[in-house]
Amino acid sequence: MRRSTPYLLVAPFFLLFLAFGAFPLLFTLWMALHDWELGSGTRRWVGLGNFRYLATDADFWHAVVNTAGIFALSTVPQLLAALVLADLLDRRLRGAAALRVALAAPLVTATAAVALVFTQLFDSDHGLVNGLLGLVGVPPVDWQGGRLASWTALAAMVDWRWTGNNALIYLAALQAVPRELYEAAALDGASPARRFWTITVPLLRPTIVFTAVVSTVGGLQLFTEPTLFGAAGAHRMDGGAQHQFQTVTMYLFESAFGQDRYGYGAAVAWALFLLIVTFALLNALVLRRRTGGAR
Amino acid sequence: MLRGLAAVALLAAGCAPGDGRTLLTVDLFGEFGYERLYREYEAAHPEIRVRQRRISVLDDYAPRLRQRIATGHGAGDVVALEEGLLPAFLRRPERFVDLSAYGGRALEPYFLPWKWRMGVAADGRLVGLGTDIGPLALCYRPDLFARAGLPTARDAVARLWPTWDAYYRTGLAFERRLPGVRWLDGPTAVFRAALLQEAGRGPGFTYFDRSGRLVFASNPAVRTAFATALRFERARLTADLQVFTPSWQTALRRDRFATVPCPAWMLGGLAAFSGGRGRWDVATAPGGAGSWGGSWLAVPRQTRHPARAAALAAFLTSPHGQVAAFRARSTFPSSPQAARDPVVAGSANAFFGGAPTGRIFGAVAARVRPVYLGPRNEDVRVAVDDVLLSVGQGRLAARDAWPRAVRAAAKAAR
Repeated sequence: MRRSTPYLLVAPFFLLFLAFGAFPLLFTLWMALHDWELGSGTRRWVGLGNFRYLATDADFWHAVVNTAGIFALSTVPQLLAALVLADLLDRRLRGAAALRVALAAPLVTATAAVALVFTQLFDSDHGLVNGLLGLVGVPPVDWQGGRLASWTALAAMVDWRWTGNNALIYLAALQAVPRELYEAAALDGASPARRFWTITVPLLRPTIVFTAVVSTVGGLQLFTEPTLFGAAGAHRMDGGAQHQFQTVTMYLFESAFGQDRYGYGAAVAWALFLLIVTFALLNALVLRRRTGGAR
Repeated sequence: MLRGLAAVALLAAGCAPGDGRTLLTVDLFGEFGYERLYREYEAAHPEIRVRQRRISVLDDYAPRLRQRIATGHGAGDVVALEEGLLPAFLRRPERFVDLSAYGGRALEPYFLPWKWRMGVAADGRLVGLGTDIGPLALCYRPDLFARAGLPTARDAVARLWPTWDAYYRTGLAFERRLPGVRWLDGPTAVFRAALLQEAGRGPGFTYFDRSGRLVFASNPAVRTAFATALRFERARLTADLQVFTPSWQTALRRDRFATVPCPAWMLGGLAAFSGGRGRWDVATAPGGAGSWGGSWLAVPRQTRHPARAAALAAFLTSPHGQVAAFRARSTFPSSPQAARDPVVAGSANAFFGGAPTGRIFGAVAARVRPVYLGPRNEDVRVAVDDVLLSVGQGRLAARDAWPRAVRAAAKAAR
């Protein structure tokens, strides 16, 4: 009885994990090994057939490139901007508390609302962004139609929402940095820029890598923004007529729910899972090496 | 509190409204115009209560219905099957009640023969009773036509375009005289209409032959229709929009296109999204009779009230029900008796310049020839749509469009 108490105490987590974590994961793998259609009732064992098809499926790899492209376009400026914002907020400013709240505000807005507003802003014909570009003589950009243009618009949505969040995380880390370091550097005549790059950034490295990992996991699963961005167009899940901004999750959704190919959709889900694991492991390796050197 | 708990308990028990009446659930997408019919049916059958679950977008409705039919749980007692969904569901007729067991066979004379036959599965089971069909006309803006120096009266307008080629050339002249307004909204309807016209005249099938084999590249009907639609894209005569999407609605309100190939069911949406301005009129479509869309009502096997659900489906699809649906939402009847009813045949649509829509669509409906659609028809259509749109957006050379479409179709049909 007494010996089992600790197990009972941790049991709820494991039961929930079994029901909502492990089971869906394994069942998805089981589905991925089948031709699985709901409408016609097809359920045929195909082994690794879905994965073999996936390996040479140009549309899948196209979606992977889109996802990675949007991820790179959004994450690099996002983390840089967050770092600069955190550094600014770390100084003594009037109304610092209000500014910090303002940073967190985008986070509590619904993703759907953000996407709808930004889709209007980036409308090719009547959007505010093209209107402003027009004022400085830039010809209108087809934000939906162009591959790079649509990635940029989506990156703007992602950044608007997540930059503040990362800035707050950096700010928390910054406040743990001993003030003496800055004072000593200032006494030695280091400029603010130099203090930022030689004190702030190195000491924040573990935090930076952490935010990079979190952004990777989120960024590779990007779904709501591009789906709603495409809702104005022809078919919601195709990410534009040339699939120019179709992400992996959209391709998954289109395959399973749109085309009733649940087996193939499950294979895409597993491929995405493996992609994320690979990225996360790479990040963890970087993390270990960098922090190990610092200590 | 107690009452709240009781309500929850009732919900959990599965339905019954607590007053001993049987609750029948009808699953629909878009607009069927059945609301008044439900009340009428309840008045005539005090033991029945009808509840409707409506999902506005077909693309959201389809996966949910597939899951409910496949798992045997959660589907309505009566469900609507759109023409694009029907072929896949007909591959599993055992999931549906055979309506002939409830007197369905006797209803055959009340439907167009081809509409009736499409609702019958290969094993002879009567799965679906026809609701509406989508006879195709051409909606146009007389005010924009006048500004471009074109005739505006619907008979004169119809004479402008006996063929798709004439419609194309009229469009070129229109855009020359009124730059900034596109000739039509998008390529989908032209491709679809031309395809069904060609297929109706020729082989009787489109992307798939009757054995289910993909014949996209070899079927002359597909090639001709694709070439027809491609011309409009290459000449930038379309606004590259998809019907009813938000950007389509914006363009509609901003007068960005002058014509829309319109099946009967589209009139309701055109009126609703125009912001109340009745600036449209209806003329006959080029190229002969075509049909786009239309549905059936079926009763899933999982229902606990097969007889009552079958009776409700028969009522809703009866000539009387179809006339009421036409009056509510302009959906055109698949029942010849309903189409002949003065309410339908003599109708004039005030929003569309008083056009005699019943007569215009009725004339087309009588000449529509049935075309076989394969289970993967919609997947192929979406893929080919994207190829046409890419040409219109200037991101795909017109000469590469056909090979790209063939590849896309093969993938979607795999």
